[in-house]
Amino acid sequence: MTSILLRAEHSTRRFGPFTAVDDVSMQVQPGEVVGLLGANGAGKTTLIRMLLGLIAVTSGRVELLGGPPDRERRRRLGYVPQGLGLYGDLTVRENLAFSAQAYGTAEPALPPALTGHADVLVRALPLGAQRQVAFLAALAHSPDVLVLDEPTSGVDALARAALWDTIRAQAEHGAGVLVTTHYMQEAQQCDRLLLMSGGQLVAQGSEADIVGSTTAVAVRTEDWAQAFAVLNAAGAPVMLAGRAIRVANADPAELQEVLQAAGIEASLQPVPATIEERMLMLARGAEAS
Amino acid sequence: MTYSVRSATVRFGPTLALDDVTVEVPGGSVVAVVGGDGAGKSTLLRTLAGEVLLDRGTIEAPPRQRLGYLPASSGSWAALTVTQNIDFVAGIYGLGGDQLTARRSELLDRASLTPAADRLASQLSGGMRRKLGFIMAIVHRPALLILDEPSTGVDPVSRIDLWRLASEAAASGTAVLMSTTYLDEAERAAHLVVLDNGRILVQGSYDQVRSGFAGVVTQTDEPVRADWAWRRGRVQHEYWPGAGPPPGTTAVAPDLEDIVIALSLVRRHAGPS
Repeated sequence: MTSILLRAEHSTRRFGPFTAVDDVSMQVQPGEVVGLLGANGAGKTTLIRMLLGLIAVTSGRVELLGGPPDRERRRRLGYVPQGLGLYGDLTVRENLAFSAQAYGTAEPALPPALTGHADVLVRALPLGAQRQVAFLAALAHSPDVLVLDEPTSGVDALARAALWDTIRAQAEHGAGVLVTTHYMQEAQQCDRLLLMSGGQLVAQGSEADIVGSTTAVAVRTEDWAQAFAVLNAAGAPVMLAGRAIRVANADPAELQEVLQAAGIEASLQPVPATIEERMLMLARGAEAS
Repeated sequence: MTYSVRSATVRFGPTLALDDVTVEVPGGSVVAVVGGDGAGKSTLLRTLAGEVLLDRGTIEAPPRQRLGYLPASSGSWAALTVTQNIDFVAGIYGLGGDQLTARRSELLDRASLTPAADRLASQLSGGMRRKLGFIMAIVHRPALLILDEPSTGVDPVSRIDLWRLASEAAASGTAVLMSTTYLDEAERAAHLVVLDNGRILVQGSYDQVRSGFAGVVTQTDEPVRADWAWRRGRVQHEYWPGAGPPPGTTAVAPDLEDIVIALSLVRRHAGPS
């Protein structure tokens, strides 16, 4: 008996000459929400598909609920893929009935927001409502493991907050959750983070562990748009957080020089780096190599 | 030149997709439309792109050949390479020869796509594909550039590339109208429009929206009224529209995400009208 819900050990997946996932080891335990981060193409979805047994590993090993990811173990899994995995030509009720049958469980009751849509074809629903249906279908059988691939992409702020309430509630009931996201604010809601780049797991742990030795400088100025353009043209790794300009791994004196040469007055201040800045430095490293 | 929709109403059968919406898009600036899905963002953009007709209201948009439009779906051909995709669209606008070669390499460079020039669109990552779509929308230097959720599902690094491309287009005089679900992106736009259920919740510069916001947002572990609270990271935020929060609560400076959620809650509590 093991309490590890999802496990990869030195797992690698190649597609022809391309290595999509490169020697990754990770695990997810009951009651924790693990965030899987990385740029588009970093290998997140391929890793998930291996963990769930939807594609084979080229080498290494994966385990779902303590054994090979077979159909029997997948019964205890709730999975919401990026494409949602619903049948567009079936109604909301038919989709839920189908997945309830497949998992051998009772059909879930519709929340108030969906009751009016019970007999609507799923493809006629707005994306946010489709996402709710996919969540309902994935949660109806009280799964032990929940895997969510960009669950809140394109969803409005209020619905996003509600979906995260659902995710946290699952973890509090003992499920282990693996979730990918591009919203860094969501990453902060996870108990633990994994960062992938170029198929490899490059960092894991808390936000501070992910940020690692990356540093950042905040640039405060009246004309942020102009300063952004100037620093960007100078090749600095510039990021924006709202309208605040930040530069990763930069020397404040050098930045000041560039800004002064363009006639821009600015105050520079070292600040804690963010996960996004670590990702930017990784992307730059990949381009350079 | 300023493009616009005025008093626009659009119905799809029984659904009121846009309800008396007026938005202006001046040349040289970025206007961001935010809202959840089903709010009417795409419909608004498509009216200006000439893809949806108004039931009521007026539109001022440039002629087709001066318009660039990146739809919410991919917008490129999977079986063509990056270069072939760009050249095909450029050909439609009568762009060719040295002029096209120069323009193509300039745009690929600015989008950091030069190393992927000969890759099939089907082999691009999501972020790269959106950047390709952006290039295809702007290759003919349109007067009005319409971008439907260019950054949804795109990683933070490519998102900055896309923002840079959009702001460079605006800096060169183009009127840019983009929709987004990322509120930090909308904060940067010169003008932002918040849509909810086909109606405008609020619009203006970020500073105007912020200063026009009434009430107080508090931060708490246990909200007093669950139906006025929402999750922000590991804590909850709660909105007090009227008299102010009870003593002992901690007020926070609301950002755009807080403001949009608070205004949506007010609309929801008021019920359908």
